[in-house]
Amino acid sequence: MKDSPGRLAGQPMKATATPARIPLAPSFVNYKIDTAYDEMFAAPGQPREHYRALHQTLLKLPPEELRRSQQAADLAFLHEGITFTVYGSKEGTERIFPNDLLPRIIAAREWAKIEKGLTQRLTALNLFLRDIYHEGRILADKVVPRELLYSCKHFRREMRGLNVPRDIYVSICGTDLVRLPDGVFAVLEDNLRVPSGVSYMVANRKVLKRVFPKLFRDYGVWPVDHYPRELLGTLRALAPDNCIHRQDPTTVLLTPGVSNSAYFEHTFLAQQMGIELVEGRDLLVHDNVVYMRTTAGLRRVDVIYRRVDDDFLDPLCFRPDSILGVPGLFNAYRSGNVTLANAIGTGVADDKAVYAFVPDIIKYYLGEEAILPNVPTFLMSNATHRQHVLENLETMVVKAVGESGGYGMLIGPHSTVQQREEFRACILADPRNYIAQPTLSLSCAPCLIDGAIESRHIDLRPYILMGEKVKLVPGGLTRVALRKGSLVVNSSQGGGSKDTWVLREGEFAEDLLEEARKELRPRAGRGEQTV
Amino acid sequence: MRPPRNYYVQAFKREAGMLSRVADSLYWMGRYLERAEHTSRLVNVELQLWLDQSPEVGAGRWRFLLEALRAPAAEGPVDPTRLLNTLVFSRTNASSIVSCIAAARENLRHVREQCSTRMWEQLNRLYLNVIDRRPEEDWLLKSHDFFLYVLENAYLFHGITDATMSHGEGWQFIQLGRYVERADTLTTLLETHFKRTTSHFERPIEGAEYLEWVGLLGGCVALEAYCKAHTAEIRPLRVAEFLLLNPDFPHSIRFAVDRVNAALHMIGELTQRNAKAPTRIAGRLRAQLSFSQIEEIMAEGAHGYLQNVRKECGEIHAAIHEIYFDYSVEAELAS
Repeated sequence: MKDSPGRLAGQPMKATATPARIPLAPSFVNYKIDTAYDEMFAAPGQPREHYRALHQTLLKLPPEELRRSQQAADLAFLHEGITFTVYGSKEGTERIFPNDLLPRIIAAREWAKIEKGLTQRLTALNLFLRDIYHEGRILADKVVPRELLYSCKHFRREMRGLNVPRDIYVSICGTDLVRLPDGVFAVLEDNLRVPSGVSYMVANRKVLKRVFPKLFRDYGVWPVDHYPRELLGTLRALAPDNCIHRQDPTTVLLTPGVSNSAYFEHTFLAQQMGIELVEGRDLLVHDNVVYMRTTAGLRRVDVIYRRVDDDFLDPLCFRPDSILGVPGLFNAYRSGNVTLANAIGTGVADDKAVYAFVPDIIKYYLGEEAILPNVPTFLMSNATHRQHVLENLETMVVKAVGESGGYGMLIGPHSTVQQREEFRACILADPRNYIAQPTLSLSCAPCLIDGAIESRHIDLRPYILMGEKVKLVPGGLTRVALRKGSLVVNSSQGGGSKDTWVLREGEFAEDLLEEARKELRPRAGRGEQTV
Repeated sequence: MRPPRNYYVQAFKREAGMLSRVADSLYWMGRYLERAEHTSRLVNVELQLWLDQSPEVGAGRWRFLLEALRAPAAEGPVDPTRLLNTLVFSRTNASSIVSCIAAARENLRHVREQCSTRMWEQLNRLYLNVIDRRPEEDWLLKSHDFFLYVLENAYLFHGITDATMSHGEGWQFIQLGRYVERADTLTTLLETHFKRTTSHFERPIEGAEYLEWVGLLGGCVALEAYCKAHTAEIRPLRVAEFLLLNPDFPHSIRFAVDRVNAALHMIGELTQRNAKAPTRIAGRLRAQLSFSQIEEIMAEGAHGYLQNVRKECGEIHAAIHEIYFDYSVEAELAS
């Protein structure tokens, strides 16, 4: 889908004055467009086709109305209980997860490509996990270096030779996508262990429907509230072969408890799916079968959707000081009497250094080029890469391979000399633990900041489920870096979220998809890539 | 071929029982809130009486209060301000009013998805209101409003619970905790009272004794109900009967035990465990209370009778834990 005529991929957008320029509305007076891809505007004052209706609505709404709508949305969030816990001197202070009122809109064709790309990616990653925990053909063929895997702290030797139902290790995946300045969606990272944030996606949608009901209906947006049902279906499809009630396997959600910052999401999902929310101490293992302790006696558990990290799952197998886990759980797992979603040991595939090899992994198992590209990545364990990066630290983003939440990260252009020196020392001390990427300009979208509309950087985290089949809920969580100029979108560091609208624009008929696929195959001699 | 007749019913039947930990939390929440209520009532009544009494009598009353609440006895002369601090605000005293409210709220917080939003909001609001209070200079004389606030918000919580929570197993555990605690605290109160009273049961009472008995009734919110049943003439025998055996008044021991029974019976049915210890012991106690006569009890010694009731309550509590919460795996799999 072309947004402005004559623009080639790879060239930054120039804010030139075009002849029929529409003056900026008062609410947009602070809206700046720079080199980043702007989701709403193809050029100043020229909204993209799929954003036009929203643009019109915003022009007509007085700023006071916007401010009031934001307040109403915040209140709705508070009442729904969409909070996360902050621990300080006052016990149990809860904060609203900042939510921006203005939806992020994605055209149907764009989503079709994302869906295809993510399906391909997750399928390949599951094949990869199965391989490295069994024969290791990809290692023998030297496509991925052995040392890289074995030096990853999330590689679990205990999983060698263990068979999981349907060979699905990752059944719930949250992949972070960013849109590059040329409009292409690229994968920033995968989250294959315990991805979170999906409850905000459902909550955002509920609130937005109340705030912009007419716009929502006129647009025709794919729903997202069926996520809990799909998730339950996925979990049940993974029930062990020997479970007693094949039609109705007992599924539970294992939570670390009230002190966990994502606890709200755990209770929300458990309640929406209609399954029991358990803590480690509710479960026990007897004769390698997992039971939960109820007032009516012990009830066997078949599938555990675990929101507890590998390390804390079983004190007899992993960290012995963990009180969040269940002693003997791994033995029950190994015996095939219980399924864990996601499986243990998936962290090796979302290690940021392994991420760099994912396009090769896709090629190896599926024989296909990656539909969604990676972001160029330098491995610090590679001498050439390391030298290049250390010479250009101010333009690089350096990340520790096993971290999440935006921690352990250096953003070159926003850093001080001292910070760069510290990271230099860290990289030299433990190169395996770091990767670097050129600083990306994430795409920008309009946000409501203090009653005016300003542009902020965003990303997108769709959620992919893999049970009997791969399923994506159209949309996902769009995260916003609320601080002006910031590129960090994580909630723990000043991030917020937006509702994501994937437009229907007619059904996803097979012929439409086929047309989209044809467009996406590189055409000989033209070097253009449409999105 | 048509599916068997009960196919659809079975397909939707939910499994019996709830998580033991959750039931445990709801039970204790019920107990802690009841304890906070009871303590508020007693302390409030004592403070009102204190204004009417001579210092010597007053000191004796404070000691009585401590014993009735099973708080550690004070050494030396009793300082009302310090005493009240211990009974109302102290966080080191696990049975102080504020501690009980905090504990109730904490228990509910752990099982928040079990209760309605309104329930949580109500208990949380009560907690936030009392947690930061500190007694000022002449708080003793102005404290009546505080106790009234606690009582009314506790009543409100139960009203909201009754109206917004499904009366299933979880709700039954809350009631169970509430009434086990009530039976326990009322028994202790009466026991202490009968131990210390110098009144003769057959003769009408006079003078300072009168205040004692009014205090006892007031501590159980029973004064008006008693007067309605027996007129304002306070006869110790009738008071004892009212607070021990009356089936209709909410703060009688028999009423509490009846409720304990009802809750246990429902839980037993839901979990198929009615043949077990808690239901048996509670049933036995209920029968005993239903068929006793106050004259017999007094003849044999009220103190002994009440001690026995309290012991049974303790056994019920232990049995509940053993059968529903903390059962051993081996015992469970054997049965």
